[in-house]
Amino acid sequence: MKWLGSAFLAVFMAASAQADNIITTGDLGLVVERASGSLLLVDQSEKNSIERITGLGDLSHASLVYSPDQRFAYVFGRDGGLTKVDIAKREIADRVVQSGNAIGGAISDDGTLVAVSNYEPGGVRIFDAETLEMVADIPTESKTIGLVDAPGRKFVFTLWDDGETWIADMSSGEPQITKITEIGANPYDALITGDGRLYITGLFGEDGLTAIDLWNPEPKPIRVLPDYGRGQQDLPVYKMPHLEGWARAGREFVLPAVGHHQVLWIDGQSLAETGRTDTYGQPVFAMARPDGRQVWVNFAHPLNDTIQVIDTLTKEIVHEFKPGPAVLHMEFSPRGHEVWISVRDAGKVMIYDTRTFEKTGEFEAESPSGIFFTSRAHRMGL
Amino acid sequence: MRNLFIALALLFSGVSHAADVSSSEDLINLVKQDCGSCHGLTLKGGLGPDIRPQSLSHYDIETLSTVVLDGIPDTAMPPWRPLMSEADAAKIAEYLLQGELK
Repeated sequence: MKWLGSAFLAVFMAASAQADNIITTGDLGLVVERASGSLLLVDQSEKNSIERITGLGDLSHASLVYSPDQRFAYVFGRDGGLTKVDIAKREIADRVVQSGNAIGGAISDDGTLVAVSNYEPGGVRIFDAETLEMVADIPTESKTIGLVDAPGRKFVFTLWDDGETWIADMSSGEPQITKITEIGANPYDALITGDGRLYITGLFGEDGLTAIDLWNPEPKPIRVLPDYGRGQQDLPVYKMPHLEGWARAGREFVLPAVGHHQVLWIDGQSLAETGRTDTYGQPVFAMARPDGRQVWVNFAHPLNDTIQVIDTLTKEIVHEFKPGPAVLHMEFSPRGHEVWISVRDAGKVMIYDTRTFEKTGEFEAESPSGIFFTSRAHRMGL
Repeated sequence: MRNLFIALALLFSGVSHAADVSSSEDLINLVKQDCGSCHGLTLKGGLGPDIRPQSLSHYDIETLSTVVLDGIPDTAMPPWRPLMSEADAAKIAEYLLQGELK
């Protein structure tokens, strides 16, 4: 009996020791601290940061993607740095400087390849997600924007200078490139819909957007809202909008206008305009709460202290508030009950309830910009 | 009137309107954070070109001030005149050309 008691105790102790070693990452996230080259590891349940990871170089305009197991983050720095961060061990696992000037990246649907979009030298480079060894170099002689992953081990990206969209199919190991020309003048960013079907490019050099149906074996540019700004004086654009935080609300897409203080609504099937909502300033992000009932919008300098919330049933602004100076980014919890907001010049990340609009938490961060929850690991294009 | 200036200064993130001259600290912050949206936080370029001193050496202060105030047509460079005074634009041009501001 005594022996049995000891055995029980041993099993119990082993189990508790094991429990201490279990690390879960499903409710974690990373916040980019752009000026100090660091990341804050944050815990959504704790509503707080739990670690600072330093040494990532120039993180202005940095973004990141997650491995399918939500253990590793691949961080794309402005200085061309590609850093693999182990969020379970809370440390940098590997880092390469792969170009002189980069602007974001993507991870393939199977999680084995990481692609980086480069300004200088212009093009896309593709790396082994395990080792960070380069497996493909796709020079474009243009700045590349709007790099996303697409189903079938593909990456899609667009050329700012040349107005072309390229599809790089990596299914055979070597890139097979399909080029689609006449996308439009100065495409500045692009998105892919969550089903991987539509790739929509925003244009700076002309009004409208261009959609590509990736289900079409020979994709062609489809003009969307080609005259949305016609007859109106374009306003100066002090910050380019982002399309990555694209919003799909029910059957419609909501997109930031360029040079106009509006968001634009288009039908998800026909791509015809279904409405416009006048906003407080030039929108930067228009992001749908995951259920699609609300769209949260922030704005370019000098109106970047404000957020407006739009009800997608009425297309009307139902809430407006000023979290603080320089609201740069918003990230919803996976089911949308709260939103985390980076307020750069307040040095804070603020957390709001999306139904009551009440602030439910905040914590310190050094010039916070992008907020990325690990749930992105399982969403196409993020 | 003074209150109005203060209100405008707050509205425009510390960069004052009219003939007021902003502090060097505020202007440098504006250059890094807001010019940096396109030109990169370190000004070595992004969607917009490299605007570090060695890349701008063909400009004088007056021409560069005009570029800041009126933008460059048919490019993504916007006119900043609605948001800043000529005096501030001149200080920004000086900062960009010299890499520092006294």
